[in-house]
Amino acid sequence: MSRVGVITFPGTLDDTDAARAVRYAGAEPVALWHGDADLRGVDAVVVPGGFSYGDYLRAGAIARFAPVMGEVVTAARAGMPVLGICNGFQILCEAGLLPGALVRNAGLHFVCRDQRLRVERTSTAWTGDYAAGAEIVIPVKNMDGRFAAASSTVDELEGEGRVVFRYVDGNPNGSLGDIAGICSADGRIVGLMPHPEHAIDALTGPGVDGLAMFTSVLGKVLT
Amino acid sequence: MTATVHVDSVTHAASTPDVPQPYRELGLKDDEYTRIREILGRRPTDAELAMYSVMWSEHCSYKSSKVHLSYFGQTTTDEMRASMLAGIGENAGVVDIGDGWAVTFKVESHNHPSYVEPYQGAATGVGGIVRDILAMGARPLAVMDPLRFGAADHPDTRRVLPGVVAGVGGYGNCLGLPNIGGEVVFDPSYQGNPLVNALCVGAMRVEDLHLAHASGTGNKVILFGARTGLDGIGGVSVLASDTFAASDSAEGGSGRKKLPSVQVGDPFTEKVLIECCLELFGAGLVVGIQDLGGAGLSCATSELASAGDGGMHVELDRVPLRAKGMTPAEILSSESQERMCAVVRPSDVDAFMRVCAKWDVTATEIGEVTDGDRLVITWHGETVLDVPPRTVAHEGPVYERPVERPTDQDALLADLPDTLPRPSTSDELRAEILRMAGSPNLASRRWVTEQYDRYVRGGTVLAQPSDAGMIRIDEATGRGVAVSCDCNGRFVRLDPYVGTQLALAEAYRNVAVSGARPVAVTNCLNFGSPEDPGVMWQFQQAVRGLADGCAALGIPVTGGNVSFYNQTGATAILPTPVVGVLGVIEDVRTRIRTGIGDSGDELFLLGETRDELAGSEWAHVVHGHLGGRPPAVDLAAEQRLGELLRAARVSAAHDLSDGGLAQALVEACLISGRGAEVTLPGDPFVALFSESSARVLVAVPPTEAAAFTALCQEQNQPTHRLGTVTEDNALLHIDGLTDLPLDQLRTTWEATLPALFG
Repeated sequence: MSRVGVITFPGTLDDTDAARAVRYAGAEPVALWHGDADLRGVDAVVVPGGFSYGDYLRAGAIARFAPVMGEVVTAARAGMPVLGICNGFQILCEAGLLPGALVRNAGLHFVCRDQRLRVERTSTAWTGDYAAGAEIVIPVKNMDGRFAAASSTVDELEGEGRVVFRYVDGNPNGSLGDIAGICSADGRIVGLMPHPEHAIDALTGPGVDGLAMFTSVLGKVLT
Repeated sequence: MTATVHVDSVTHAASTPDVPQPYRELGLKDDEYTRIREILGRRPTDAELAMYSVMWSEHCSYKSSKVHLSYFGQTTTDEMRASMLAGIGENAGVVDIGDGWAVTFKVESHNHPSYVEPYQGAATGVGGIVRDILAMGARPLAVMDPLRFGAADHPDTRRVLPGVVAGVGGYGNCLGLPNIGGEVVFDPSYQGNPLVNALCVGAMRVEDLHLAHASGTGNKVILFGARTGLDGIGGVSVLASDTFAASDSAEGGSGRKKLPSVQVGDPFTEKVLIECCLELFGAGLVVGIQDLGGAGLSCATSELASAGDGGMHVELDRVPLRAKGMTPAEILSSESQERMCAVVRPSDVDAFMRVCAKWDVTATEIGEVTDGDRLVITWHGETVLDVPPRTVAHEGPVYERPVERPTDQDALLADLPDTLPRPSTSDELRAEILRMAGSPNLASRRWVTEQYDRYVRGGTVLAQPSDAGMIRIDEATGRGVAVSCDCNGRFVRLDPYVGTQLALAEAYRNVAVSGARPVAVTNCLNFGSPEDPGVMWQFQQAVRGLADGCAALGIPVTGGNVSFYNQTGATAILPTPVVGVLGVIEDVRTRIRTGIGDSGDELFLLGETRDELAGSEWAHVVHGHLGGRPPAVDLAAEQRLGELLRAARVSAAHDLSDGGLAQALVEACLISGRGAEVTLPGDPFVALFSESSARVLVAVPPTEAAAFTALCQEQNQPTHRLGTVTEDNALLHIDGLTDLPLDQLRTTWEATLPALFG
């Protein structure tokens, strides 16, 4: 069985949800502790959402220095699939694994809503199980979710097809180009603000559209 | 650093009996001060005076409410107590919900701080109730917030509401607790005194229940969490008591409020503290635990010692501080947030400290349990406090405040709504349905609830705008709980006894409508000044109504909170006893959704509709009228409804309350995004806007309709077939009256709060 690591920092909130999603997808979730420079032999890593270190200084700015993140950066550069959700996306940007930054929402409020997204790229480690152009609904919930980057960076992301998810039917936070999620050049590292781990069971979420992110990495990458 | 601090020791106090002391400024009455001197046989030290004054405040001692609250105990039968593992007097009530699970829930007020500083007041309200739940040994699982503000269009409401909502969200979201419901109510009586109540629900295995007892001589007292600073000193005595100083001034109206320092919260510290505590509980390292909330260390040490079987010695100079030069009295009174106090066996101290170190939580041994019956606090070796702890925590003053039915009560009851002009033509009825749907108390709460995380932890089955919030407790079995809290303060103003029972009935119904079985009650009793005999009458009637109602329903009150001195100037708020009901559902997959159901479903109205418009939202919105007798309460009918809903196969349901059937239909259609065709029973106006209790709108699949009506007949449930559910985004068609396109209804319903608060 594939082993997928889920990191817990002080202030991480969605680690149990991410672990549950990994389990629903048919893999074994492995708890990774921020203070241990050890990935415990996992095949992929999820950096879950929350407010690591209380978002002090800047969301993700302190977490990137955690011992475990050194290992994540090394493994990711060697091709290990890494998924950053919400605060995890912010941490991956701070760690330099993904370009750009996530800044305060345009409306200046925390926004929690069921958000429609378009899957713009399926050739990544985490989106292979979606149909190209599919529209999915998964929750977005954050205070600092507005994707910002230099226009040259945005042009590069768009030009190389590295925008993975785009907001449709309304942009909840003023993100440039309605960008909800992006990936690394090799498509192994994906970061997104919405929360696929909250859309794996119609009982507790808006539907099951998020589950495919977790099955994608198992079916097409880790087997 | 501390050498310069002047210390008023016990020895010093004994030798200087005549030193004038600022007891009045600390909120103590002359006779209370005299009693302290009698208890101690000398004048109190500064530290003792600080501790007694804060612990004998209204907020901590319940001195005005105690004589009335005992009625809850008198009306609770052994049968009602059967599933109660902890009740009134503990940090929070605990109920056995089956399968070895215990659930704890409680609601508390943070009204006055939230008026002074809306964001921090609301945030620390959430933080405080979460620590209460944690202190029972439970993992906090969800929060909800009943909120009340002044007029929606008043300029100060624009200051208070956005701050309160951002504070509730900012703290709860960062803590990783889903917000699953609550209330937002506007009324001018809350203009200078908003109500910010915070509810938290948590769960644990039955054997993990922890109580706040300091037992076992030689056991260590460990303070852990945030450092202690100068914030919120005297918050409790100053905030929650005696703000009714305006009554002293002949003019009345312009109240002279003491403006205290409001505590500042740090949810990140609390999140880490939660995980740290749960690991400590799991490892069996805690004998007793108490959170530090109102009255800080004064409360924690005296309550732990008072409830235990020994005394306690605390070395106050060991408390880690974040301000220089703090006096013993200040350290005892500080309300710095995110702190807990634990009693730990000496052999477990090292392991305890290791867990705290893992979570980077500051932990300090500050004292130990002793074999005497005194609470002794020293400061660099000098004794600054030496008291019998029970006299501080459990044997405070008790007042029999004068109780008198207000002289205007009869005039209020006689001012019937019957003569108010009623809409009669279809155009008028249509216009009033729309006006009501967009009115501040009935409009969509989305602007508020979108600022709260409802998904975190993955256990939220129902949340706003559902009638009740529901969370899954056990992932394997699907066992879960539903919670709703409700109160219509106008009904309580008209008749506090019946009005409080109506609040109970509504919360009970909301839980029942979700498919859960109501099992326990909590409350947050928000009232005006207890020094006003009319307010005390409201309070007494409300307590009796709630207790008698709970006895009739057979479910116990497991805890609660009293908040007095809620006044705008010299005028009391609408009496607002918020009632929270907890229900159990064996498998959350069987929950009933709030909404209109699926296309083709048959719609039924359960319950009897009478011409009951007194105190209604219609009278309030359309005529600004409040008078007459509130709707009749029928708790047996509420029970029957609950039983029916748990036995029947329905696809959706929605409780009828504020705004009556008209609002229930509008909301149900909009929540589901589906239209309906209905025929109203009887007089269309009464059918649409009456607020008769014990009524529910249900949708039943056509294949189940015959069985459903048979079941209703068998259970003597009054039932009226209203019509059918139509297509997605169609019309709300009311036969012979009007067609309301859902798009138009949605715009009306959703535009109000964003337009007011951006």
